[in-house]
Amino acid sequence: MSDDTNRHQVGSQELYRQNILDHNRHPRNKRRMEDASVTHRELNFSCGDDIELFVRTEGNRVADASFDGHGCAISQAAVSMLTEHVHGRGIDELENLTDEEMGQLLGVEVGPARRTCAMLGLEALRQALKKLREDI
Amino acid sequence: MTLRIMAIDIQKIRGQFPTLVDASRRPYVFLDTAASSLTPRPVIEAMGRFYTDFRANVHRGMYTDSLRATEAYEAARSKVAGFIGAEAEEIVFTRGATESLNVAARGLAEGLGPGDEVVITIMEHHANLIPWQQLADRSGFTLRFLPLGEDFRLDMEAARQTIGPRTKVVAFMAVSNVLGTVNPTEELIALAKAQGAATVIDVAQAAGHLPLDVTSWDCDFLALSGHKMYGPTGIGILYGKRPRLEAMEPQTFGGDMILEVTKERSTWNRIPWKFEAGTPHIAGAIGLAAAIGFVEEIGIEEVVRAEERLAAHALERLQSVPGLRLYGPAGGVRGGALSFAVDDIHPHDMADLLSKQGICVRGGHHCAMPLMRELGIVGTTRASLGIYNTEQDIEDLIQAIHEAKRIFG
Repeated sequence: MSDDTNRHQVGSQELYRQNILDHNRHPRNKRRMEDASVTHRELNFSCGDDIELFVRTEGNRVADASFDGHGCAISQAAVSMLTEHVHGRGIDELENLTDEEMGQLLGVEVGPARRTCAMLGLEALRQALKKLREDI
Repeated sequence: MTLRIMAIDIQKIRGQFPTLVDASRRPYVFLDTAASSLTPRPVIEAMGRFYTDFRANVHRGMYTDSLRATEAYEAARSKVAGFIGAEAEEIVFTRGATESLNVAARGLAEGLGPGDEVVITIMEHHANLIPWQQLADRSGFTLRFLPLGEDFRLDMEAARQTIGPRTKVVAFMAVSNVLGTVNPTEELIALAKAQGAATVIDVAQAAGHLPLDVTSWDCDFLALSGHKMYGPTGIGILYGKRPRLEAMEPQTFGGDMILEVTKERSTWNRIPWKFEAGTPHIAGAIGLAAAIGFVEEIGIEEVVRAEERLAAHALERLQSVPGLRLYGPAGGVRGGALSFAVDDIHPHDMADLLSKQGICVRGGHHCAMPLMRELGIVGTTRASLGIYNTEQDIEDLIQAIHEAKRIFG
């Protein structure tokens, strides 16, 4: 009925690359931030992913970003990578960060089933920056 | 286990399901029947015949095709009635168990107010929870939950204390779509009846897997979906005891459900048609009847035996995986939903990793978020069984779980 050899070849999991697994196991910047300029919590109810993003700005740059929460490996790795990526970048630039660029950060093709997971951190960043804009 | 030749020829059964015989799909292991079962050829063909041979609307057509469509549609109703031990007029066709539960809840809530209580269980599917929650907000009655006791089964001591003089309705699932728990239907109905409360049974997970008999249960309402028992999507039934249906007002208005309409007012058709406004899902009803025929041909007793045997085997194999936690009864009488978590792998990652190895399961809260909260988890990975599943499917699942464990290291 089934071919085990074939199955395990299919099982070389493109989406679960070492890079993603590493970020999931050892998330970067996973800490709450006391002096954040803005925070935003983003939930993915279908998965139960739950992240809170903290951003501290200096002038119109992001001086520090961190997150807290839990969820699937894709959502956690993505937000972990994002906190590294935004460090030191201009707010204007980050406001224009696209889904495609987020996909490039992840370095893998994300199918429709996992898109919300992969984009959860980016969505949190967008909402946080929007709040920041509204405050100014 | 008795030594005897199994009466069921699983390979012959599998041969009737197009996706199972399609070699180009392999590896392909379907373990998601609790969400929606596969559909066998006899069902697909019966529905096809409606569209190719006698495609016409039901009721009031004078020409042959319409008469034939009406005959097939009403014969489907009788088939369902026979399947659950009811009379044909007690069967209302709906879009599925969700709609059935909504209709029953709205009908029963009519007479409820402050001081009244509706009792459900913590393991309910959202379809048997949210309607009551909404109606409680509007009507002021109180919604109460029966908790879990040991081994993921209902706490029946709590049930005896909760179901009391204020209880007006007891509504519950016969089999859990998450835990696989088979609830003590007869005992719960007896507790309800002792208080004069109405009973609503959600058999979405039981139909096609366990025998159903509304006469011996003596329940007031029963909700069933076609697509979880080898039938098409978009069709289900609400069974209501005749006096219950007669007393209940229709909730959807339009064609076919009326007796007479004037500019000022309308009077209703007899049951069950007063609940079936508009052109019904004729092909769906015909398909559902064919699905019942499919199950009956195998024999429900044989289905029960085969699934119980496979579930017991699956439980044993799952529990052999290091780091696997099972969410559901570890043995005894249980349904085919097998929920689990492995190490700290998130259920969506697990379901995704399994899917990449050709294993179709589901990860998440399975439309039972209060139950997940009660269990202190965000979700589970769930494999669920149908009549076409084999021990090889379970082996493939176990191998794929090991592979997922390896990847997550």
